[in-house]
Amino acid sequence: MTLIETLASARPGSALAQAMEKRAEILRLSEAAHDAVLLPRDPGGLSHGIRAALAARMARHNRSPALASHYDTLVARADEPATAPLADPDANVPDPRVAEIVRHADRLTVAPRDATRAHVDALRDVGVTDADIVRLAELAAFVNYQVRVLAGLKLLGEMR
Amino acid sequence: MSEVVHTFTTTVPRWQPYVVPVDFATATDEQHAAMQTTPSNKGISPYVLTLAHDPETLTVRSPLFNLIMYGKDGLASSERELGAVAASVVNRCVYCAAVHASRFNNLTKRTDVIDAVFADGLETTLDEHLQAIFDFSARLSTTPPEATADDAQALADVGLDELESLDLVLSAAIFGWANRLMHTLGEPMKD
Repeated sequence: MTLIETLASARPGSALAQAMEKRAEILRLSEAAHDAVLLPRDPGGLSHGIRAALAARMARHNRSPALASHYDTLVARADEPATAPLADPDANVPDPRVAEIVRHADRLTVAPRDATRAHVDALRDVGVTDADIVRLAELAAFVNYQVRVLAGLKLLGEMR
Repeated sequence: MSEVVHTFTTTVPRWQPYVVPVDFATATDEQHAAMQTTPSNKGISPYVLTLAHDPETLTVRSPLFNLIMYGKDGLASSERELGAVAASVVNRCVYCAAVHASRFNNLTKRTDVIDAVFADGLETTLDEHLQAIFDFSARLSTTPPEATADDAQALADVGLDELESLDLVLSAAIFGWANRLMHTLGEPMKD
């Protein structure tokens, strides 16, 4: 079962469960996307640890405790003491490069409409490569997709 | 003289990246596979070349996007497009809104709906059916998502079944993804 199916826990045999069965390929690809952004073979300059911590943080910004808990598990598995604290949105971030990455991840989650060229330039100024800027955007984009699929499924599941 | 487009429009702008896209001539085999191109291809969009910086994700994202937006059964194509437009209005992705608003207009052969959305934004008044779809998508697109049981019930009340409602969830959600790429990695230009 995919992560979305596990967390959505649609009642077996319900109309929603049947609809999800019809969209099984979309759920399978969503799971593959999770692995591509959280556990890539080539993580570039964004370790599996920082990806998991930022994902947990994004889930918390979205008030999704179930998803935050899943990402906390990945944070623990990565066992990376330097980045694990970032899972807490209130954590203090002393390193300027990491702080800029965290600021951008927060912006992409909370207020993507406010993003500008200056924010990309600020990331470059602290040494984040263009490839890592794209990887970071994909991470925020995917987690925010996943949050909304789960939030929507929850509403549909509770309705009937 | 090129200028950045700041207002919603159905005239599709040119997307210009803030980062340097992958150089097609030196792209790796994995990047070509992700872009579904070969070294002899021409005219690959700057957007695809930008996303090719993360080939593992691009490889999955393209088929996922296409299944969600262009799947055959379930929610009408035009209503998926309206879900995409609602998300793009919330996230202010002018480029995404232009592409999917013009698709909505082409599919429905009407322009009044998009005219109203672009004029009044999230406060827009539409017919009951489209209003339920627009409002649900827009409220699912905020951080945190604000959609409620009443918003979901409104979909059922205007006749959407579970599969159609699920398709709307997916189309709004995939634009939570697309907007966060298009609007944050580049900008829409009018030449």
